[in-house]
Amino acid sequence: MRSILPILTVLLAIVAVWYAAAVWMNSTWTYDQAARAGVEVTFGEVVADTLAQERPVLPAPHQVAKGLWDGLFGQKVTSKRSLVYHGWITLSATLLGFAIGTVMGIALAVGIVHNRAMDMSVMPWAIASQTIPILAIAPMIIVVMNALGLQGLVPKSIISAYLSFFPVVVGMVKGLRSPDAMQLDLLRTYNASAADVLLKLRLPASLPYLFASLKVGVAASLVGAIVGELPTGAVAGLGARLLSGSYYGQTVLIWAALFAAAIVAAGLVMLIGLIERISLRRMGLAR
Amino acid sequence: MKDTTTSAVIEARGLGLTFETNDGPVRALTDVDLSIGKGEFVSFIGPSGCGKTTFLRCVAALEHPTTGTLSVNGMSADAARQARAYGYVFQAAGLYPWRTIAGNIRLPLEIMGFSRADQEERIERVLSLVDLEGFGKKYPWQLSGGMQQRASIARALAFDADILLMDEPFGALDEIVRDRLNEELLKLWARTEKTIGFVTHSIPEAVYLSTRIVVMSPRPGRITDVIESTLPRERPLDIRDTPEFIAIAHRVREGLRAGHGDEV
Repeated sequence: MRSILPILTVLLAIVAVWYAAAVWMNSTWTYDQAARAGVEVTFGEVVADTLAQERPVLPAPHQVAKGLWDGLFGQKVTSKRSLVYHGWITLSATLLGFAIGTVMGIALAVGIVHNRAMDMSVMPWAIASQTIPILAIAPMIIVVMNALGLQGLVPKSIISAYLSFFPVVVGMVKGLRSPDAMQLDLLRTYNASAADVLLKLRLPASLPYLFASLKVGVAASLVGAIVGELPTGAVAGLGARLLSGSYYGQTVLIWAALFAAAIVAAGLVMLIGLIERISLRRMGLAR
Repeated sequence: MKDTTTSAVIEARGLGLTFETNDGPVRALTDVDLSIGKGEFVSFIGPSGCGKTTFLRCVAALEHPTTGTLSVNGMSADAARQARAYGYVFQAAGLYPWRTIAGNIRLPLEIMGFSRADQEERIERVLSLVDLEGFGKKYPWQLSGGMQQRASIARALAFDADILLMDEPFGALDEIVRDRLNEELLKLWARTEKTIGFVTHSIPEAVYLSTRIVVMSPRPGRITDVIESTLPRERPLDIRDTPEFIAIAHRVREGLRAGHGDEV
């Protein structure tokens, strides 16, 4: 618990800088308004006004906190105004996309490790796929999927999987190749089949690598799901909240949705960390 | 006895292995003639690069000779590997950290398809053979280096191959532990009557353990001397102070020096 003090110090510093920035960035509007009305404003009035604007350039922390609180608890969770409702829409697409991405990533990695042709051909494409901005390809995926009669959850999940499979492939290829020559030789002396080598040596040895990849992958999944919501015309989901916030200049709403997304991401990463600790301990890999 | 002409378990004739490297061919083994009979304990000794490990790996079909013939249990080395004719002990114990000691010993048994009950019975038996009763549920990191290496020997013994190939199994251990394990290995050999091929770079270890010592030298890797041990099969540790032991050790040392002498 000795670490709590430095953590709080950093947090306080961030909040302080944030408040200062909010005053500074929102003051232009305040001065403009004052000039138009032909009145002089004191510094105290400026500060009070900049921290309570309806549509600030940078909302103050307490405004974001209130926006987040209202979004989460201000109405029934089924309401179209509820961040819980939108968060769930995004979370479900994230989880489906993450599952697809993880399965695809592991399957590709197994193929890459076992097949020389795949080793030479798949990796460059996987890397190339990640150099294309997701914002550019997301609308294409939505359009193509729509032509196939798929709307809503599935296209978003595909975009989400598109981002999350990559760290899984990279981590799993490394993990599946982590057993050294001696361990492979040992299995050769048992005349073990390729399936035995995969199941009894390569997969268990790759688990620590897999978990590291999953943490990166799940965060990428969430980004993919949110980006996938942007071109669908902002119907529902955290991405839709971000979009409508920017349409109407409701910066508080944008920041509240951003924080909701961050909370979801942190929760997912922590959940994977927990599963990691439990499974590595059960495998005797954690000391 | 299916083989009537010879009782050789491992038979090499004119065996050679040349690795093609970027710096040109490297002759790891040339012209190796050797036959190892059933129940023998044969040590291979020599400086690094002399091909002692390469020869053992050829027998295990982990490397493939480029010239000559090699038969193991009357079949090709590959067929012998597929018939699971030998257990191999590496320099490092190489236990899977995510499996318990019993789980590690179970590994070859699972792969070879032994029944569950048979697995349990064999695990108990080999654990007591290597003096590790009661350690089955421990994880490898909970055991000392010497105990881990004993567990890896148990793993090699579990499926009852009658050949045991050991590649510097005690090379990474300190001398006190190594002495104890040498003594235990001899007892184990006496009890199980296995044919053992043992690679080492320690002269006392080779002399203490073996019925026959194969002295090898590098560039190209070849056999320079084969020494029959005159020591009795029953060998307490203090046999190493007898004149007979010292005489054999001296001959091994001479053989190693001679091999070194005609190096170009």
